[in-house]
Formats: sequence, structure tokens, C-alpha cells
Amino acid sequence: MAAVIEIKDLVKDYRLGEMPVHVLKGISFGVERGDFVSIMGPSGSGKSTLMNILGCLDKPTSGTYTLDGISVGNLNRDQLAEIRNNKIGFVFQQFNLLARTSAEENVELPLMYTDTPARQRRERAMKALLAVGLAGREEHQPSQLSGGQQQRVAIARSLVNDPSIILADEPTGALDSRTSIEIMAIFQQLNRQKGITMIVVTHDPDVATYSNRSIHFKDGRLQLDERLATPREARKDLEQLPAEQPEEIAP
Amino acid sequence: MNKIVASIRIALRALRVNRMRSALTMLGIIIGVAAVIAMVGVGAGATARIQQQIQSIGSNLIIVMPGSISSNGVRLGSGAVASLSEDDAKAIAAECPSVALAAPTVRGGVQVVYGNNNWATNAQGVTPDYMTIRDYTMLSGQFFTAQDVDAAAKTAVLGETVAENLFGDSDPTGQVVIIKNVPFTVAGVLTPKGQSPTGQDQDDVILLPISTAMQKVLGANKANAQAVGSLMVQAISPQAMDQAITEMEALLRERHRILPGLDDDFTIRNLTEVFQAQETSAQVMSILLGAIASVSLIVGGIGIMNIMLVSVTERTREIGLRQAVGAKTRDILLQFLVEAVTLSLLGGIIGIAVGLTASLLISHFAQWSTAVSPLSIVLAFLFSALVGVFFGYYPARKAAYMDPIEALRYE
Repeated sequence: MAAVIEIKDLVKDYRLGEMPVHVLKGISFGVERGDFVSIMGPSGSGKSTLMNILGCLDKPTSGTYTLDGISVGNLNRDQLAEIRNNKIGFVFQQFNLLARTSAEENVELPLMYTDTPARQRRERAMKALLAVGLAGREEHQPSQLSGGQQQRVAIARSLVNDPSIILADEPTGALDSRTSIEIMAIFQQLNRQKGITMIVVTHDPDVATYSNRSIHFKDGRLQLDERLATPREARKDLEQLPAEQPEEIAP
Repeated sequence: MNKIVASIRIALRALRVNRMRSALTMLGIIIGVAAVIAMVGVGAGATARIQQQIQSIGSNLIIVMPGSISSNGVRLGSGAVASLSEDDAKAIAAECPSVALAAPTVRGGVQVVYGNNNWATNAQGVTPDYMTIRDYTMLSGQFFTAQDVDAAAKTAVLGETVAENLFGDSDPTGQVVIIKNVPFTVAGVLTPKGQSPTGQDQDDVILLPISTAMQKVLGANKANAQAVGSLMVQAISPQAMDQAITEMEALLRERHRILPGLDDDFTIRNLTEVFQAQETSAQVMSILLGAIASVSLIVGGIGIMNIMLVSVTERTREIGLRQAVGAKTRDILLQFLVEAVTLSLLGGIIGIAVGLTASLLISHFAQWSTAVSPLSIVLAFLFSALVGVFFGYYPARKAAYMDPIEALRYE
């Protein structure tokens, strides 16, 4: 399998007053296309910083980062925005949906910054909503949706531009455990059926067990990089949970 | 284009969410634009009125009056000597290429009698050219002809004020009025011109053939039987006025045998120029009013900037999200600029409506003529758009250059 992400000797320093803070102290790893990686570590371990760099929101101090064959290190603001638009889907802990805006329009948002014509934007948004099991809710506004549904809208939004990778930053942090498993089920399904590379940052070990590969961070360094032989199946776990208002998950 | 339409939709939604805030922000622009429209309208109304008065005295009009002379070192005032003649008028008309027409006039106060009515008015002895020079038209009847002048016919043309005072509502044409015991047949009535720029009633006049006036009514000048009161001259075009004056000056000096270095014995006045000075002052007035009103437009613009800064801060997370999903610097810039311009343009449109209403009310209740030109509406529209761009730029730029990581984390 070809590597979609390749990171070499990645260093990130912040300047806090006079004292430079070394957040990432030389990290190297690769992620193959179609993999499902979880990144774990205590707060302050540098996983958020790594996430920002992987998401092309931040630039490394030194080292190289190649995403889908493009060296991201020396791109400018707008070039980075274009990479984010074309190659990356974001899922956040707080969903970050636009209030007073329908689910469908929220999903369309990344396409607003492309040349996609309106009809096609709508079609693709509807398809993405269907993929996360929210068909029929496209006109609902975030305030009319549950937390899990809002996160699914956010996942549909991250899907809509056919990204090379989906980056999820604590995607289950604001959800109860059942809904968390539902979200992980969607991630697994997208990963397996559509072959989308998933990278999930979490501090919840349970969440990490659904991934194929788990990377642990500590003090700005890679501590552990293990491949899970048999990741848990979110869909099966859901079936074993006591049935409480079962929410439809797309086939 | 696609993006601008989308930005306008986003802007309208954002403005709808904060209805009250948007309305209050727009109020600044509304007041500013309305004030500019109304004030410029009042100023333009005054200017239009003066222009109308200038036109009523005749187009491209130059008056030649007998001038001052020195007599044993005592300088006499303008018109003190009877230095101009009918022949001067004919010579000017014939020899000055920049002059279209020249008409000699004499004037004097007379008592006009019709039946048992009588009226004191100003009699003017003129030639038919006078009618053209002064842009007179006839309300009824005909103006007298050159033959009438040659024959010193006893015919008269009445101004409307005179006609009304002597005849009331009935038509004076063909009736006979008596001036200084001489019966005159009324040839016609002039279309009223209203007030002159100096406030005189231009319709309180009776026009007679100059020959008749000099021989039978006003009496010829004792020193110079040929002398006339003044010459009314029409230049061929507004641009030729100065040229016409130069030509007349040279011709009259030659005809009057004035040696180089001596004063003219005539005075040439470009009446249009005098009243144009008034027009200019009215225009300055309207610019001044407009400028004062513009200040409130700028204050309105600052209001927009203020509210846009608040809006940018409130929507920091939204900006961060848009950046994360691929909005470029100019996308965010455009979005907030469009929002500011939407605010200011909406305010501008409402302001134009309010300003138009205000100027209508001013002209209705204050009896003050106002004239809102389409140009000032277009300018107000463009200017309010400009205010939006100018005052919206800083907040939009602030939004566009946010750090997406900071913005996404903003609480």
C-alpha cells in the first residue's frame, strides 16, 4: 500500500516569552492509504500539535510532512487552505456546525470554496448525509438535532469533498458512550467500504480499540506504535448493547 | 460570481439573525444618506430657481448703457450722458461677428388709461428684435413689426400685470389704451416671465415701437435727438459673450471717436455673468450642505465598522471552521466585505427613500423648491457602497487573517 502520509524528523517549537517550548521533538512515521489510525497520549504530549500539522492548519518548525505526495512544509496560507479543501476532512469534538443553517448547507460548506455548481453541491451533500444515515434530516438545523446526529452531520461535511484523509480530533469527547460507539461504527464503515484513511485523536482507550493501528505519544515523542491484530467491531458492540431508541445506521 | 451570490446569502442571514442590531447600524447610514439627498436637493432647488430667473432675462444677454464722462474733472455717473444711438445698435448688429442681434431701447414711467381704469407702469420703446433678445413669447395677439417701428405706429404690447390691471380677465388685443393722450391699439399680451433675478416684476411693462415712444410718449433727448436709453445685445452663443463685448467696445470707441487712453463713454454689462455669480454662490451653498451631511454618513460608516468588529469576534469559531474546510484569505475577506456593503447599501437605499420623502415634504410645507437629481441618487448609492467597503475592510481583513487554530479554539 502506498503511504498517504509521510512524516520525517518533525519538530515543532513554540516561543512562550523568551523560553522556547519543544512540543514535538523529532517524529517520524507514515500512514498507508486506507488505514485507520488512532493517536493517543496525555494532554501536553503534543498530539494536538501533531493533529494541527497533519491538518495543514500549522507548519512544522523543521522536518518534512508529505501528504498524498505533496510536501506541505513550504506552502503559503492560501495553498494550505486549498490542500485542506481538497485532501482533508475535519471532525471536531464540538462538532463546529454553523448555527441556524440546515444540515444540508452545513455539509455543503467545503464545496462552497470550490467551483462546484450549486446543483452538484446539493447532490453531493445529500449523498454524504445518506452515507452517515441522516437522509430525511437535511433541512434540520443543528439545534433540532441530537449530539450524535450533529456529529454525523459533521462527518458528512468531512466526507463531501472526497478527502484523502479524515482527521477526527476527540470526535466522541462530547458524546455518551453509546453514541460514541455509533460514531466509531460510521468511521469503521467509511474506512472499510470507501477506503478512506482515518486518523482519530483521542484519550479514550476504548475508542482506540476500534482502530487498526494505535500510536501513543508522550512528551513530544512517539512512545508506542502498535498494530491491532483484531480491532473491535463497533457494529457488533452496538448490537450487544441494550436496545434504547435504536438509531438507524446506514447500511 | 457564484461566490458573491453565496456571500450575499450568508450576509443576509447573518443580518437577519441580529435584526435589531442591523437596523440600528443601518440607521446611521440611513440618516446620513437621507441628509445628503435632502440637503443637496434643497441646494439644487435654489440653484434651479436662479437659473430659471437668469433665463427669464434673455439668453446671452449683454446690455450697453451710456457711460460716465468727466466734465471738468467731475466724473458723472453711469448713464449721465446720452451717448448711444439707434445707429450704434445697427452698427453693432451689422459689424460685430459675435453679435446676433442688437436692439436699442428707451424707457420711462407712464400712466396707461383704459376706460375708467388706469395704471402706472414702465413704458419701453423697442424694436421687434427686442422680443427675440429677451426670449419673449406672446400670450395673445402679435408683437409689432419693423414696419410699425418705421411708421411710428400707435401700437402697444402689454405685459401681463398691465393687462390684468386694465382689462381684468378680458382679452386686451385690439382694444385701445391711452398713454399721454395718445391712443394706442393693443397688438398683444406677453407671456408672463415672473420675477427677475433682482426681484422686479418683469410683466409690469408696456412695449411700444421705439420711434413712437421717442416721438409721442417719452420725448427725445434734448441734446441728442438720436439718443437711446440702452442697447440690448444678444451674442451668438454663451461662449461668444466675451468676444462680443471686445468687438463692441472697439466698434463703439471708434464710432464715438474716443482717443486711446481716455475712458469709454459707455458701459457694457454682461448680465448673465452677474447672475451666474449668484448661481455659483447657491451651488457653493449646496456643496456645503452636502458636505455637512456627509459627515453623518461617515459617522454611520464608523457604526458599521464597530458592528462588523463585534460580528467578527462573535463568529471567530465560524471563521476558524471556514478556514479549516478550505476558505482562502480572500473568501473570508469577501464574505465580511459583502456583509458590510449589504448593511451600508440597504441603509443607502432606505436613506434615499427617506431623503426623497424629506425633500418632497420640505418643498410642500416650507414652500422651498427642491430638486433631487438622479445623479445625486446614484452618487448617494455608490457612496454608501463605498462607505461599506471602506469601513468594512478593516474588520474583514481582521477576520481573513485569523489563525485558524486559535479561531477554532475560541470560546
